[in-house]
Amino acid sequence: MESLTNTMHAVPLNHYILLSTIIFAIGVMGVLIRRNAIVIFMSVELMLNSVNLLLTAFSVYRGDATGQVFVFFIMALAAAEVAVGLAIIVMIYRNTNSIDINVLNRLKW
Amino acid sequence: MSTFYFIAFLSIFFSILVISAKNPVHSILYLILTFFTFTIHYILLNAQFLAIVNFIVYMGAILVLFLYTLMLINLNKESEPVKPFMVKIAGVFGGGILAVAVASSLKLIGASNPVLLQNPDLGLVKNLGKVLFNEFLLPFEISSVLLLSAMVGAVLLATKEKEPKAA
Repeated sequence: MESLTNTMHAVPLNHYILLSTIIFAIGVMGVLIRRNAIVIFMSVELMLNSVNLLLTAFSVYRGDATGQVFVFFIMALAAAEVAVGLAIIVMIYRNTNSIDINVLNRLKW
Repeated sequence: MSTFYFIAFLSIFFSILVISAKNPVHSILYLILTFFTFTIHYILLNAQFLAIVNFIVYMGAILVLFLYTLMLINLNKESEPVKPFMVKIAGVFGGGILAVAVASSLKLIGASNPVLLQNPDLGLVKNLGKVLFNEFLLPFEISSVLLLSAMVGAVLLATKEKEPKAA
């Protein structure tokens, strides 16, 4: 494990930020261009994970374990969010017989 | 060093596949691969606890939940209705603008220091457990309440409503 981390010594912090930014942007695109509610949900997971990776990179950069504890809390939050969100999707499917989000535009009333 | 760039490329590649795959089942499988590359990132950062948790919770639990939900929802209709082409272009443009904005703001900062692991046992279970149960004990307990309420909420939402009784 020590040798594995030694290979990391030359990666600048900027590259981690760039990677997380790109993956976050991909998640945003997924939310914007898809109509399937489950795929949109998966894009949200992608965004959460990119933030997790960035928090971990900052935590290692600063030598502070707090960031990794935060990632742990975010994961607990994501688990709760997925449970409730998927239950909502199942309920939407039961009521409207589709998971197309355009069916939900009557939510605004 | 080149390991990081290779894995980063794989992450971006698979996450693009997630949002572009036509079949939602393929999307989920690509998402599993994406999360696997994230696990490798955590291992490279020597965050062993997070690597294991990511592996078990995300790849093991959350994605199985996604697959179950897809199984409950029948996808016999082959063609998912797609958004108009212009909306897709606008979506990709908006996401790209976000990425370019953050990337160009990074240019202002200039070159950054490399990510060095000063303390080798930073991400080990022992160290994280000490931090978690000393400084973050109250949030930890509250997160258990959060999980319980999420469970109750999910059960309430997903159970079929009975016929309304005469009130």
